[in-house]
Amino acid sequence: MSELDISKLPKGGKGFVHDFAADQTTFKGVPWGKAMMWIFLLSDTFIFSCFLISLMTARSSTIAEWPYPSEVFGLTVFGVEVPLLLIAIMTFVLITSSGTMALAVKYGYERNRKMCAWLILATAIGGLTFVGMQAFEWSKLIFHDGIRPWSNPFGAAQFGSFFFMITGFHGTHVSIGVIFLFIFARKTFRGDFDTGRRGHFTSMKSDYKAIEILGLYWHFVDLVWVFIFAFFYLW
Amino acid sequence: MEQNNKKATTHSIGIYLWIWGLLFVFSTFSYLVDWYNFQGLLRWSLIIFFMLVKAGLIMAIFMHLYWERWAIVNVLLWPMTAIMVFVAIMTAESQYTFFTRALFFVTGG
Repeated sequence: MSELDISKLPKGGKGFVHDFAADQTTFKGVPWGKAMMWIFLLSDTFIFSCFLISLMTARSSTIAEWPYPSEVFGLTVFGVEVPLLLIAIMTFVLITSSGTMALAVKYGYERNRKMCAWLILATAIGGLTFVGMQAFEWSKLIFHDGIRPWSNPFGAAQFGSFFFMITGFHGTHVSIGVIFLFIFARKTFRGDFDTGRRGHFTSMKSDYKAIEILGLYWHFVDLVWVFIFAFFYLW
Repeated sequence: MEQNNKKATTHSIGIYLWIWGLLFVFSTFSYLVDWYNFQGLLRWSLIIFFMLVKAGLIMAIFMHLYWERWAIVNVLLWPMTAIMVFVAIMTAESQYTFFTRALFFVTGG
């Protein structure tokens, strides 16, 4: 199979027309796994959009006062009331893990196996830290503040159901990501992507492109958090 | 699979560290919006501005969309207009719901 040199193809708008008018694949230079991951992420975008749009709809149509997230999620540290402290730390942890993932992809393509594996492991630990802090946040809100999906002491009753649904769905994404990050860290340490060892579940050979695809998922989780942070916690 | 034993060309580490740093800075800014307790239009516009900058940086650099061909970039970004249309529809809908609820509370049904 001759290799396609995408640098010789027309770029920009002309490239767009060329690729869509071309025979065989439309997404030139994009491995099928990466294209599929992007399509999946697009569908996931629609799911999260539906959650956030329904949050907007509920919040702007309720007569009761909407709980002020700045106070609900505030923490008292050494007697000082700090707004959104835990959420801010969670944001920084997730961005950091996104950064280590981006570097893992880079070192993967440079075939620097050790560096790539350590960075994937660091990303997994960052994700685990995030989930841990979220568990702390949930237990504080459930057991200490008495927030339920049907009622809460702060204001509009819908607040709880949106909080648990949106952050819960995001937390599920993070947890699944963490599991895959640990699996991929092991695979990378073992050298699966250098030797082309067949995967346990897929029975297919893989290479370092798989790490970019995993990276897309992980960056997406970070991307969704950017929107949740803005619309749920800050608004 | 044909590239299996070749080193692919990658971007320098600097650009990732820069974007990483910028994401930290913009996250701090959006946190400061809450810290200084800005309210009203200023709060909302700042939140949306910082959110879009962060989302753009993550998608363009970390997710490599900046280096992808237009075919996939367009396929991924145009569906976002459908979301914006949905937002507009539900804004109108929620205002109507609010109106009927307020009317109910005033007139008692």
